[in-house]
Amino acid sequence: MDVLSRYEPLIDDFAAFRAACERRLPSVVRVNEIKATPERARTTLEEEGIDYEPCGWHSGLLRLDTDHPGRTWGAFHGWLHGQEEVSALPALVCDPEPGECVWAACAAPGGKATQLAARADDAGLVVANDRNLGRLSALRFNAERLGVTSMAVTNRDARNYSLAPFDFDEFDRALCDVPCSCEGTIRKNPDALDRWSLGYLDEIADTQAAILRRAIQATRSGGTVVYSTCTFAPEENEAVLDRVLARENCELVAFDCPLDSRPGITEWEGERFDPSVRRAKRIYPHLNDTGGFFCAKLEVGG
Amino acid sequence: MSEPSDGLTENDGSRFDRLPATDAEREVAGRASREAVLDFWEERYSIDSTVFADYSFWEKGSRKLWAFRGEVASPIEIESLGITFLRTRQEHWKPTTDAVQRFGRHASRNVLTLPRGAAQRFVAGEDQEIEWDGDWGYLIVAHDLAGEREPLGVGLYLHGELHSQIPKGRRREL
Repeated sequence: MDVLSRYEPLIDDFAAFRAACERRLPSVVRVNEIKATPERARTTLEEEGIDYEPCGWHSGLLRLDTDHPGRTWGAFHGWLHGQEEVSALPALVCDPEPGECVWAACAAPGGKATQLAARADDAGLVVANDRNLGRLSALRFNAERLGVTSMAVTNRDARNYSLAPFDFDEFDRALCDVPCSCEGTIRKNPDALDRWSLGYLDEIADTQAAILRRAIQATRSGGTVVYSTCTFAPEENEAVLDRVLARENCELVAFDCPLDSRPGITEWEGERFDPSVRRAKRIYPHLNDTGGFFCAKLEVGG
Repeated sequence: MSEPSDGLTENDGSRFDRLPATDAEREVAGRASREAVLDFWEERYSIDSTVFADYSFWEKGSRKLWAFRGEVASPIEIESLGITFLRTRQEHWKPTTDAVQRFGRHASRNVLTLPRGAAQRFVAGEDQEIEWDGDWGYLIVAHDLAGEREPLGVGLYLHGELHSQIPKGRRREL
């Protein structure tokens, strides 16, 4: 089945979208500013003779001219972390400050959670959770390599997450980078759509809504919750937001997106969504030569 | 669980316990104190205790210490808290690779700086003969990168040979 054709009505230049989905993704690394400045990380790449190009929208993201970004001094020292360019967006939108408690609900393998810690100068508290123990070991490995000392790691189901181990009862912010059908990773994983089904969308959407609801409940009034997926399916994006807006005390808020994006859609296959879902951002691969992504920012108790 | 004869309890490996401030406040047999940990870094590597002012130290797993930026209530049963930091099981305490990479740039003693070729062998996990007239034992091994000294990890120096302690999963052919 040609999954992507279902999005033709949503996308202005569908041919460009198609063509981008068939191109391989550039190799991108994020500079881990807990351990090195972007300047020093770039100097090291130059000393190693590895060509790079900074991503225009973020000084700490570099497109590398190598297929082995892990085999560099910067990677060994934990100055560089291989991370898809567009996946650097949600931590910037969440934007924790030093001293704040942040929940990364589905944190493994840790690219975004370690970025949250770095945004807060490794001086907040990132509670990085994942249900999958195998993926959790990758998260721990990455966090230690990157020198993240402000992270606590838990292994729970995010849908009914308990703060019982901690001596506080709410977070300042949360990032729900939820499990999804991963349609937007097609450039990295050409078989990403092989097991796609409508039934899976329904099932995963229930999980996504439950995780987002729990994040809103566990975040203080006035706090920020970011919802993100790497999929185009409105069932997993706007429809999830619509369900949660109707049940929890929160609102979608506008945010600046440094990448070219399209607004969330308010109608899909006969279903209408809360008009505020337009404040979410859809990022298609052809807009910025990245993977596909969806990102929304919510304020609790709005 | 048997109780040691001195009335102290044994370490519970399923949770993180904050280290006592001093040896006198110790309630778990053999547990290092915060004071002893700070003294270790100061005496062995000349890392000033102010570097760790915002950190709390924790034990999970026998004699395996962790450093966490900030405070949480102790004990706490979670998967990890900060980074692994120091092993205190043996007579000679051993810093972890991750701790040395994070804090080693503050060191001014027992730091062995390698030229590029030797640094490459070190991160590949190879042992090598090196001339060094400082202390034996666990050294912070570094090299120069982008104009500054940068710690690579821990080496064990004995009888003219530097034994790389880079864990298998962190070794790289560079």
